[in-house]
Amino acid sequence: MSKSTGVDSRPVSVSDVSTPRAELFARVLDPASRANPYPIYAALRSEPVSRQSDGTWVVSGFDEIAALLHDPRISSDLRNAGQPAGGQSLIMQDPPNHDRLRAAVMGRFTPEVVESLRQGVHDLVAGLLDAAGPGTRLDLVEEIAYPLPVSVICKLLGIPPQDEARFHGWADTLARTLDLDPTMSREEQDAIDHAFTELHHYLENLVADRAEHRGDDLVSGLLTGGDHGEPLRGEELLITVRLLLIAGHETTVNLITNGMLTLLRHPDILERFRHEPDLVVPMVEELVRYEPSVQFRYRAALADIEIAGTTIPRGSVVVLLLAAGSRDPGHFTDPDRFVPDRLPNEHFGFGGGIHYCIGAPLARMEAQIVLPELVRRLVNPRLTMDPPPYRPTAALRGPRHLWVEVDGVRP
Amino acid sequence: MSGHPGNRGEHVVGEHVVIVGASLTGLHAAEALRGGGFAGRVTLVGAEPHPPYDRPSLSKRVLAGRMSADSTGLPQRQDLDAHWRLGNAAVALDRDTKTLTLDDGTALGFDKLLIATGTRARRWPDTAEAALTGVLSIRTRDDALELQARLAARPRRVLVIGAGFVGSEVASVCRELDLDVTVVERSAAPLAGALGQWAGAAAGRLQRGHGVDLRTETSVLALEGDADGRLRRVRLSDGDVLDVDVAVVALGAVRNVEWLAGSGLAIDARGVQCDPFCRAVDTDGRPCDDILVAGDVACWPHPLYEGLLAVEHWDNAVRQARVAATTILHGAVRAHTALPTFWSNQFGVNIKVVGVPGRADQVAVLQGSVERAAFVAAYGRGGRIIGALAVNTPRALDAYAEMISSRMSFPPDLNAADAPDPIRVLDLAVPAAG
Amino acid sequence: MRVMVDLARCQSYGQCVFAAPEIFEISGREVLEYDSAPSDEWRLHLERARAACPVQAITIGPAAGPGKDDGQPSTVRPAADSMGVLR
Ligand SMILES: Cc1cc2nc3c(=O)[nH]c(=O)nc-3n(C[C@H](O)[C@H](O)[C@H](O)COP(=O)(O)OP(=O)(O)OC[C@H]3O[C@@H](n4cnc5c(N)ncnc54)[C@H](O)[C@@H]3O)c2cc1C
Ligand code: HEM
Ligand code: SF4
Repeated sequence: MSKSTGVDSRPVSVSDVSTPRAELFARVLDPASRANPYPIYAALRSEPVSRQSDGTWVVSGFDEIAALLHDPRISSDLRNAGQPAGGQSLIMQDPPNHDRLRAAVMGRFTPEVVESLRQGVHDLVAGLLDAAGPGTRLDLVEEIAYPLPVSVICKLLGIPPQDEARFHGWADTLARTLDLDPTMSREEQDAIDHAFTELHHYLENLVADRAEHRGDDLVSGLLTGGDHGEPLRGEELLITVRLLLIAGHETTVNLITNGMLTLLRHPDILERFRHEPDLVVPMVEELVRYEPSVQFRYRAALADIEIAGTTIPRGSVVVLLLAAGSRDPGHFTDPDRFVPDRLPNEHFGFGGGIHYCIGAPLARMEAQIVLPELVRRLVNPRLTMDPPPYRPTAALRGPRHLWVEVDGVRP
Repeated sequence: MSGHPGNRGEHVVGEHVVIVGASLTGLHAAEALRGGGFAGRVTLVGAEPHPPYDRPSLSKRVLAGRMSADSTGLPQRQDLDAHWRLGNAAVALDRDTKTLTLDDGTALGFDKLLIATGTRARRWPDTAEAALTGVLSIRTRDDALELQARLAARPRRVLVIGAGFVGSEVASVCRELDLDVTVVERSAAPLAGALGQWAGAAAGRLQRGHGVDLRTETSVLALEGDADGRLRRVRLSDGDVLDVDVAVVALGAVRNVEWLAGSGLAIDARGVQCDPFCRAVDTDGRPCDDILVAGDVACWPHPLYEGLLAVEHWDNAVRQARVAATTILHGAVRAHTALPTFWSNQFGVNIKVVGVPGRADQVAVLQGSVERAAFVAAYGRGGRIIGALAVNTPRALDAYAEMISSRMSFPPDLNAADAPDPIRVLDLAVPAAG
Repeated sequence: MRVMVDLARCQSYGQCVFAAPEIFEISGREVLEYDSAPSDEWRLHLERARAACPVQAITIGPAAGPGKDDGQPSTVRPAADSMGVLR
């Protein structure tokens, strides 16, 4: 049973409404649950592999998720569960194609490449905070968290600064494609198609240019190939670059925003962090455990899977409820408590198995730079609205705005 | 230096746990005791002069000269507040008086005893040949140091006797150092005992592909030295005589149990027998509450496998140590049922194994491809999956561990996206149950 | 300072290599190698690696064995307090 904490007292608790177990995941998807889905997860966890009335199978226990993340009977290509093709990027593909594409990216997404972005991240954060002053009220989403990751990915890809603004727009629109969202409207779908086409054209030109003039950016690197990865070309290269943009954007935005939200809700920890900036190292892991950007991922069952006393039939849609696993009391002591230096902390914040987040080192670096800076520079920050308004998507969960009042911004 | 029992005033109350064998198992048991709140005295008795160190790197990085033997010392997670008696071997156990005798004559009383004396390298049977300079084995830091120095002196050719994991790793390092190496193996393939004939054949191709002179179904007839007692030549059963300066005897391990002779505990070549809670079993088959066994020296009944299981792997040592500590602290509440699992790195390849493939009667590649040196093979016995081998696919194995624990039928129907088409199930020579 | 990776758990995710390239390295396709006795100057990097490891396979601590304080009351901070070395 989850312990009662400050978090549980906020809206949406399952005890006030008795939801049949088979409808619980529908409640997770309901935007009304966005501010605090965790009690629903706790209810789901009492049956760690649970069939929902719409036929999907929700997996919410730590051990079960860990097992399925590594299971060869689990596919990321949802066509195996009768769903429309989710796109051909490697995140939606299975081995051996997945492994080939991933090796191509990993061959160039090296520690040196990530490290080379460090100073740039520092400068970006400084610039964003400079621009945020001297007002007393700021939206951490709009002013800090949102602009940062796209700019960083643009640097990674070698996008010229003057084109960055367009990337912000595309990333914004396309973030939704990571979700399998049945409630998406026609207009939203059209906007996505339009953004796809524009981005596609842009990247085509970019790739053609890099093919002529190789630089030390990632696009040039992917064109050249690495130690254990072959070069990428044509459509595969475009799709892969597009994935890096989409996968690394809103996830990182949410990490930064959820991070600040969580700290502002725990003033004692915020105070400790102020004096102990290196606390950020384990704290980032705890953040992606406690308030993960990616709450769940969809999969398809390639064969009947016997697990936790039940059988997921071949062809089923499977929901790996990562955020529920990361709060499983069977695996973590006091899972609903935010413990910034939790150790060990084996969480699913970045997934696991062969699809483990490629961008995790970059996301960690960004968060490890931006969070201490925010805490150092914002004078006496206070939440003005708790809970804040959330974006609608359930899988990629994070505030739409995070307004804080400050007494000033330190230089 | 080890301290003296007298200077431990603050802990005179509480029990005294003595751990014999100050290596991986001993260290982890001590950590688990302290981690579990044990406030009594802990004494670690170790025959080697060194504090606990990491054996697996000996046949890998240390041998290759990429890591010094001094760097192999293991970290400790927390203050053990332990009393160390290093360089002291236990020579006798008296269960009635709960007393150990050490090789310096000290009598050491205990309330609980953990036997963690592991194994030693099996010696070359001919004592005169074994005494030749250049004939070595590799189990300890000192062994590794000496062998590393000999390899660094660039011998004309290295002979490796036995193509199990340690022998194969030594051969791999030799090739990495660009040394000529001959591996002599009596059976038909390297690693065949642990992984079966089929995977052994693949390992053989890997070795030969890296320039190892691998001679299977061959044995060493004689090691020959010069007048100064230095190894010079080896005579092989295939008729060849090779000039060699170094011979590495890699014929497996022998349990360090001699010191327990006369103790009344159940002991045979597989080690000291214990129950699933790590309690040593006496010759009448009764578990002793105060004497525990863990690590390479132990053998115990595992719910998934027939007979007694003896496992010489790093992971088992750590887990079994923790179970033993739990039994010391809380009694028989947590059984040691972990699946055996281990890794090996050789010829640039990551090998991970779970379960007991060596007991299988069938094998099938279920994911990836052997040609591309990235695959998972599952092993079956009597129509159940009992083991799996992952080569360069370290993220795959957890799922197979799960299938083995739930006794899934073999071959399992996985319909994996990267399954070979068709999946071929091969029969293996049926080994005897342990 | 000593480092130990539980290579039975390690799945070669390489997150430690990103965090502390001075200490960890993936050699070949999937083989993790590391410096088990790194210099103290890499302590923060090592903390980053330990935190980042998806299967929490990395242990850091002082070398085990009889120290100068053998037989004396506790002086070593338990490693379970992850921030011990950062303070
Ligand atoms: C070269 C080599 C490579 C290896 N590679 C791998 C690998 O890649 N993967 C893997 O999973 N495993 C590997 N292993 C196995 C792993 O190292 C062992 O499983 C592990 O060391 C077992 O720990 P233990 O503490 O039970 O026994 P040991 O490490 O054998 O320690 C026993 C200790 O007890 C001491 N002792 C013996 N008798 C007495 C006595 N009478 N009194 C006091 N002390 C005594 C010994 O001196 C020794 O220090 C390897 C082993 C070796 C030797
Ligand atoms: C806080 C930030 C981030 C979080 C929480 C996060 C989380 C995740 C998760 C949970 C997955 C697993 C998906 C699955 O199993 O289906 C994943 C995959 C992925 N992430 Fe991230 N991510 C973050 C940032 C980034 C960044 C910055 C990038 C790129 C620069 C990135 C690129 C990717 C890619 C390419 C994949 C697919 C990997 C594969 O399928 O093999 N991510 N991420
Ligand atoms: S991060 Fe952990 S799992 Fe990955 S290579 Fe390093 S030690 Fe292994």
